[in-house]
Amino acid sequence: MAEKISLTIDNIPVTVEPGATIMEAAEKAGIRVPRLCYHPSLSIQGSCRVCIVEVEGMRNLVASCHYPAAEGMIVNTRTPEILRIRRDIVELLLDNHPMDCNTCERDGNCELQRLANSMGIRERLFEGERKEYEKDLSSPAVIRDPNKCILCGRCVRVCGEIQEVAALAQVNRGYKTVVMPAHDAPFMETVCVGCGQCINVCPTAAFLEKDATQAFLKAIEDPEMIVVSQMAPSVRAACGECFGLAPGYAWEGEAFAAMRRLGIDYVFDTQFGADLCIMEEGAEFVKKFKEGGPLPNITSCCPTWIKFAEQFHPDMIKYLSSAKSPMSMQGAIVKTYWAEKMGIDPSKIFSVAIMCCTCKKFEAQRPELGVNGLPATDAVLTTREFGWLINHFGIDFNHLKPEPPDNPLGSSTGAAAIFGTTGGVTEAALRSAYFMLFEEDLPDDGIDFLAVRGLEGVREAVVDFRGTPVRAAVASSLSNANTVMDKLRAGEKYDWIEIMGCPGGCIGGGGQPYAGSNNIPLDPALLEQRACALYNLDKGRTLRRSHQNPDIQKLYEEYLGEPLGHRAHELLHTFYYPRMPLGVRPQEAQEK
Amino acid sequence: MSYQREILEKPEWWQQLDEYIREQKLNNQEHVQSALIPVLHHIQDTFGYIPAKAINHVAQALGVPTSYVEGVASFYSYFSLTPKGVYTVAVCMGTACYVRGAQAVMDQFCSQLGAAPGETTNDGLFTMQCARCLGACGQAPVVMVNNKIHAPVKPEDVSEIVSMYTAKAREEVPA
Repeated sequence: MAEKISLTIDNIPVTVEPGATIMEAAEKAGIRVPRLCYHPSLSIQGSCRVCIVEVEGMRNLVASCHYPAAEGMIVNTRTPEILRIRRDIVELLLDNHPMDCNTCERDGNCELQRLANSMGIRERLFEGERKEYEKDLSSPAVIRDPNKCILCGRCVRVCGEIQEVAALAQVNRGYKTVVMPAHDAPFMETVCVGCGQCINVCPTAAFLEKDATQAFLKAIEDPEMIVVSQMAPSVRAACGECFGLAPGYAWEGEAFAAMRRLGIDYVFDTQFGADLCIMEEGAEFVKKFKEGGPLPNITSCCPTWIKFAEQFHPDMIKYLSSAKSPMSMQGAIVKTYWAEKMGIDPSKIFSVAIMCCTCKKFEAQRPELGVNGLPATDAVLTTREFGWLINHFGIDFNHLKPEPPDNPLGSSTGAAAIFGTTGGVTEAALRSAYFMLFEEDLPDDGIDFLAVRGLEGVREAVVDFRGTPVRAAVASSLSNANTVMDKLRAGEKYDWIEIMGCPGGCIGGGGQPYAGSNNIPLDPALLEQRACALYNLDKGRTLRRSHQNPDIQKLYEEYLGEPLGHRAHELLHTFYYPRMPLGVRPQEAQEK
Repeated sequence: MSYQREILEKPEWWQQLDEYIREQKLNNQEHVQSALIPVLHHIQDTFGYIPAKAINHVAQALGVPTSYVEGVASFYSYFSLTPKGVYTVAVCMGTACYVRGAQAVMDQFCSQLGAAPGETTNDGLFTMQCARCLGACGQAPVVMVNNKIHAPVKPEDVSEIVSMYTAKAREEVPA
């Protein structure tokens, strides 16, 4: 063990482990050096130079995010000279940035704006040449506006390092540098999986979700349209953050109340679809488990994982559960069972899903998920768009009284609530699969599968099913999905694999509220609080197993028949196909 | 661009590229990505530019994301992503060459070939380029065609240089 390093930062003595950077040491001393391209979960790029500090005895200022702390170092982070230079650096970043803050989607939520403000930039002294690039609107999930880009490279790193999709790179050099997919191809034709993590980490509005609020508003205005909504579990764990509320609470009833005030006619819940998904996926797993294969059963709820698997792991498609995602199941049931029950023409139903996810916008457009020639989901709003609509309508979210959802497609069990966090689907499926196998519920003290909880990228657990071990693996973020797939190819035996494309699962989705002024995007502490909100919801429910949901039981009795039955198969299951879009990321594993 | 198009369609060439990539992978076993630069050089030297099809091929063969290959290829000014002629005519416009009349030489090339600096002739044979100092100021004005230096060049020498390379192309390049 190497010896610790002692140094002085702004006259504060601090001791750090060897290898720590000046920025890390400063944080230990309670000093937050301003930064922009730095992100704690990503590799160090050191390109923005905002975090420069003075090290006594050195000729040049150094970027504190990558300069290692050394014994006896004397560092100054806020001399008048540094403050001036830092302001100039940010001013130069602004000089070719459009001056359209008032009409920009990220107005009030922009890291560059906040940074410029804290630097004290009150006028623009430099007027540089402006970039003029076309926006890429081709993808139904993520749009790209290179004019707003300041080349911090966070999106490139999150795409390559956390997601291992590597759809983006910095192309060309100098002033002409642009962040783009290979060959500047339209996003829709690239390996982009639409996870939206680039939006989460972008300090400006260079990446945004494709807007669905206008389509929603049009449907609300149309007197002939019956607008039906559903909301993903993780939306309730985050939507309050749009209004400055502290995370850690599930704004469930408040969100339902807000939806009614937006003019939605029937407020349902994706958690009903989640319970339904467990019935089908659980039954599928039990069938494979009894018949000896093909196992593992890999979850298919996450649309980014599905597109990722179709592109990079086509050999694994045979293991993917054929069950549709909760959103698409819910949409299919709304336009068939519910429409029939209510005597409504399905073509007059506008089904809107409020999701934590940008890729759900892509999923909604997959033609194979339609029902009777109609899309199962007509519009997908992200949590951010939902928050914007609430503000747009002048709804005082902070003082809304919680309201219940409408029935029958609004009821759900605790198992459905935890779908929103990594490991939740596994836990929910184990609870119901146990019942399906042994026709007896797990005892209440065995209902929490703590081994599959947590935020580590890959978690494995062996669960005892009356003498038979069920080997489960849970991964969140696509780099971790690659790890699990490589292990599977190398001969590791699993019975069940759950994969969620975003770090922490849906609670860390690409459509979740932007990090506030004191937060960083993808902050593990924030994700933990959101997860905690969902686990508390589960704990608070009397019914915590999907198969116990009385409305689900009724749905099977009245309409679907048996799980995996003919009608269920027609409405609730789908198929996948290998994709080879332009610039596919090659896999070493595929060569073998 | 008939010359480049023809090679691009030849399976032999792609086989030869694969062999080259295999060789470079063996040379860079510790860090396969390091093979990227020599492979890009090989392609640039064959075509005079790096075609999109070759970027995709190299990405697959090396296991480097396509976007990264393009990022590297577009970063270095030696590599070109747009088609270049078989011969790149670089007229030095450095100080020494400039005062010795490089502008007149450049104008003569451009008017004779019908291509401005940065452009390629319609037959795909010549690309005009401005060069900064080539380090041969004593012989100014200097013109470099691919890797060969011509110096000193007077405007009246231009048509001879052009016809020399046109003839050379007829020998080397399949019609």
